[in-house]
Amino acid sequence: MPRIVFEQELQHIQDGMLLLASMVDDAISESIEALAGSDLRRARQVVEHDREINRKRFLIEEECIHIVATQQPLATDLRIIVAVLHIITDLERMGDHAEGIGRITLLMVGEQYRDNLGHIREMADKARAMLRDSLTAFVERDSAAAAAICNRDDEVDALYDTVYATAINHMVQQPMLIATQTHLLWTAHNLERIADRATNIAERVVFLVTGHMDELNVSRY
Amino acid sequence: MSGSTSLVREVEATELMESEAVSGRTETPRAGVTVAAAPAAGAASASTPRKVRTENLSLYYGSFKALDSINLEIPERRITAIIGPSGCGKSTFLRSLNRMLDYTPGARVEGRVLLDSEDIYGAEVDPAAVRARVGMVFQRPNPFPKSIYDNVAFGPRMHGVRSKPELNEIVERSLKSAALWDEVKDMLSKPALALSGGQQQRLCIARAIAIEPEVILMDEPASALDPVATLKIEELMQELREQFTIIVVTHNMQQAARASDFTAFFMMDDKRAGFVNEYGPTQQIFTNPRDKQTEDYITGRFG
Repeated sequence: MPRIVFEQELQHIQDGMLLLASMVDDAISESIEALAGSDLRRARQVVEHDREINRKRFLIEEECIHIVATQQPLATDLRIIVAVLHIITDLERMGDHAEGIGRITLLMVGEQYRDNLGHIREMADKARAMLRDSLTAFVERDSAAAAAICNRDDEVDALYDTVYATAINHMVQQPMLIATQTHLLWTAHNLERIADRATNIAERVVFLVTGHMDELNVSRY
Repeated sequence: MSGSTSLVREVEATELMESEAVSGRTETPRAGVTVAAAPAAGAASASTPRKVRTENLSLYYGSFKALDSINLEIPERRITAIIGPSGCGKSTFLRSLNRMLDYTPGARVEGRVLLDSEDIYGAEVDPAAVRARVGMVFQRPNPFPKSIYDNVAFGPRMHGVRSKPELNEIVERSLKSAALWDEVKDMLSKPALALSGGQQQRLCIARAIAIEPEVILMDEPASALDPVATLKIEELMQELREQFTIIVVTHNMQQAARASDFTAFFMMDDKRAGFVNEYGPTQQIFTNPRDKQTEDYITGRFG
């Protein structure tokens, strides 16, 4: 006996979550492009667009509450809803980090760094790939793929170490660059947090598939 | 004999015999018994001691097989819920645990039902003694057409308690345990049937616990009650589990999910009479069942 309305509602929150994820992925990408190009207009758009991300997250949350209140979800259905609720929270926070990078870019008016992003772009690429892969694992209900994503957080952490060491080095040698390097450190920190959130999403995928809640990778930061 | 006929008979016999079940006192002959020698293969269900264990329990109504090799271990002082689609043998199973089926003509039990370590279908066992240890609460409240006091005192009197102070004490204690005392303490001589449905059901629980059983069987105890009375019964079950082992049949998934510690999902299909499809801690059954059919049932996709 299919539960047609219930199935549609469950599908709708998952589709909404994927849409939110693509908005966040786009925001991260845009924030890095704005930073790399010192493009203040683009950075401002990232900051403003975060409101849309927040709004979308609350809409999905309301839908989840509605389903819990009206459909008495159990078993996999219940785990889908709990997973979605957690993942949209992580996504919303990732959006905040992208917004943070946008704001940093606005602070960096006039600073010279354009060709000197170092490993920051690589961090962003890795974090975004983790985000996308974790959602692919969600769609495909692939707990093994999700668990593997968590290990990649170590690569992002390692890149952060490099960015940090490089920044300190620059600061020591050229004190005039302290402000710029600090801003780049903040940026790297935001990206490091984004990767952490991606591992949270992957953990929720494992929970969705197996019913077990495990912390799969503890970030060093 | 067809399945539906045997079901009708079961219901009729039940209604006739409910009063004896409550009193635990009856002289009817027991059903034929075949003791299976096979060892139990039941789910290891808890770290708590098991109170009731069935070993390859099968049950027939004439030639109709209603239960097929049930191996279950019911933990002591816990609430175990029995769920499953209509006709899968849940009530039959419940009734097999205190020899209620002795009353059903043609009912025949194979295998063993161990209460602690004693087989309740053993040759030397007095069915009335079993029912004194394993009480029962039915779907529809069924107080006797007597006063509130006499309903609760009924069982103890049948067991020979005559002293008025002792009976008073039992009645008060039982009504308190059933969370009904405060509502009825000033009207103990009023007819039980004047109480509301929810109060009547708690009275029946008081009546069941008045003879201090070890196990209480509940057959959809709240299905005839409104939501508030239902919640009172569920809260009462949580208090009773401190003292009694409770086995409850319910059609209400949410009730099983919120009110029980362990859940057994019964099923039947074209090939097999009623059997246990999955048994485990309630939280696991309702958040992460191992079996697809269990999941389909509890999420409302089948049954």
